[in-house]
Amino acid sequence: MRIFASLRIAARALRRNKMRSLLTMLGIIIGVGAVIGSVSLTTGATKQVEDQVASLGENVITVFSGNFTQGGMRGGWGSAPTLTLDDAYAISQLPHVVAVSQEVRDREQILANGLNWNTQVMGESPDYPQILNRSIASGSMFSDQDVRSLAKSAVIGKTVVDQLFPGENPLGQTLRIRNIPFQVVGVLAPKGFNLFGQDQDDIVIVPYTSHMHRITTRTFLNDILVEASSDKTILQAQNEITDLLTARHRSKEPDFTVRSQADLMERVSASSRAMGFLLAGVAAVSLIVGGIGIMNIMLVSVTERTREIGIRMAVGARGADILVQFLIEAVTLSAIGGSIGIAGGMIFSWLIASLKDWPTVTPTIWIIIAFISSTIIGIISGFYPAWKASQLDPIEALRYE
Amino acid sequence: MQSNPVIKLADIQKVYHTGEVDVHAVRGVSLEVYPGEFVALMGASGSGKSTLMNMIGALDRPTAGKYLLDGIDVSTLDRNALADVRNEKIGFVFQGFNLLSRTSALENVEMPMLYNRNRIQSHEQKERALSALELVGLGKRTDHHPNQLSGGQQQRVAIARALVNKPSLLLADEPTGNLDSQTSIEIMGVFQKLNDQGITIVMVTHELDVARFTKRMVVLRDGKVVTDEPVQNRSAAEKELEQLRTAQQAVKLAS
Repeated sequence: MRIFASLRIAARALRRNKMRSLLTMLGIIIGVGAVIGSVSLTTGATKQVEDQVASLGENVITVFSGNFTQGGMRGGWGSAPTLTLDDAYAISQLPHVVAVSQEVRDREQILANGLNWNTQVMGESPDYPQILNRSIASGSMFSDQDVRSLAKSAVIGKTVVDQLFPGENPLGQTLRIRNIPFQVVGVLAPKGFNLFGQDQDDIVIVPYTSHMHRITTRTFLNDILVEASSDKTILQAQNEITDLLTARHRSKEPDFTVRSQADLMERVSASSRAMGFLLAGVAAVSLIVGGIGIMNIMLVSVTERTREIGIRMAVGARGADILVQFLIEAVTLSAIGGSIGIAGGMIFSWLIASLKDWPTVTPTIWIIIAFISSTIIGIISGFYPAWKASQLDPIEALRYE
Repeated sequence: MQSNPVIKLADIQKVYHTGEVDVHAVRGVSLEVYPGEFVALMGASGSGKSTLMNMIGALDRPTAGKYLLDGIDVSTLDRNALADVRNEKIGFVFQGFNLLSRTSALENVEMPMLYNRNRIQSHEQKERALSALELVGLGKRTDHHPNQLSGGQQQRVAIARALVNKPSLLLADEPTGNLDSQTSIEIMGVFQKLNDQGITIVMVTHELDVARFTKRMVVLRDGKVVTDEPVQNRSAAEKELEQLRTAQQAVKLAS
């Protein structure tokens, strides 16, 4: 028997019981819809996190100095005076390193314009915006010359502008850090909060030399920001830095930590993999439940249509013809249910996205997986009823009332 | 007359094993039906005529004996081969019409062609179905569903369905059992017309009135053939209808 004729027969049988067909499909619709919806939302969220990680800068490696322990008090990363300017210079000479920023951090009360504000004051090199993928909204970054001359120049974030220079152009104005006047030469383009909830715009950046000699009197760096030449060399660069510093510090235990974005990415994708397994489990359960619903209704349908089966057999339908007919009916149910579920899930996630301002992405592979698995469920759950129908005795079936 | 028989039954037996007692429904029937015959298979209920009919119709296999349908030994075929035989060699007409509900007359008639082993193009299916409906006098109501048709019309659709695969044998099981007497005569007229065109018909019935429209009567009792003789005073449907109309006219005039 032709497939097209079978499809027509199946469509007619399903139309005959519209409500029942719809209710039967509901299991598959809800299951597939839930999976597609949650996949869309979590994929969107994961992508957003990945974008944020990427926005931390490209191919960034951070070298923290070791933690400082004194009398049982442990100071946390960056507290021990182990990283020197010479270390930073040595790192900058490594083959896969393209940029280095010597970082010193301090919280300071700064004054300007008769206002004051407590913020993070960072000493950095002019490579800082490049490494962390930040741009200067107005003015410019301080230069290497400024670093050499311990210039009293500062680049500030938008939050600082809002707090100290409300409604004014901060360029050329003076702010005081520990009573030392710095001139604002540039304003960073706003970037908002980072992954860890820190305001990336609440910041004042000065040349690291100025920070180390004018504001604080430090000889050690808190950390060193390094940019590797590409995402392929980042691991190699990380290893080289570790080897270099181990050799330079000659300490038994490493007194520094090297972290890269690759580590963070690894953690993000590990969590999204876990989410994927969870979703696959939910999908499997809901499809099985939907499949049981289809099997149940197909069994009812076979009983109801015993006489029809008898007629078809009397005029020459083979068992296989009957089997195919019912199987196609079951697959039609589950495939249509799956398609409605896919569409519903996408609409649902899109609604959530537009209401809650969540990003949503429906991966094509999940659409294909959802469709194929609902079709397979149709075949599996339709097979037993269809097989039962095909084994009917034509005489008995014709006599059935 | 003698070409090869359409049906050749040789000592056919059928035993049902129900519980502890074996029921011998058919006990050794031998029968030959030749092309162009119109046979009535008669008998009271329990005479074994339905069982015999199921075996002739290739719905069931005999326990013992040999059955040749159109030269093919049907008694040894498997389920699929039996289905193919039913599809190609036999057209069934049932007492209860057995049409598919909510399916147009045309689609009902096309249905057996869906299961034909040789693919029939859909336009040819339609042509053949339409001409079969034309043949039974229903050329105009092809898109009606069974519930929109009278009993006589439904039975005509069923006859058209039986004819559409050009079978060697038309097998009718109490075809007039659900119809009033006038419609019964009309349906018998259809059978007579088809038989005049050379179609072989075997009809199961328990009504003598209906059997008198056929050419040969075979009477079964207790699973055996007791009489097998040509029909005397054969009724012609057209004449009967004429008489019926005259009688109705007379009643009308009298009232």
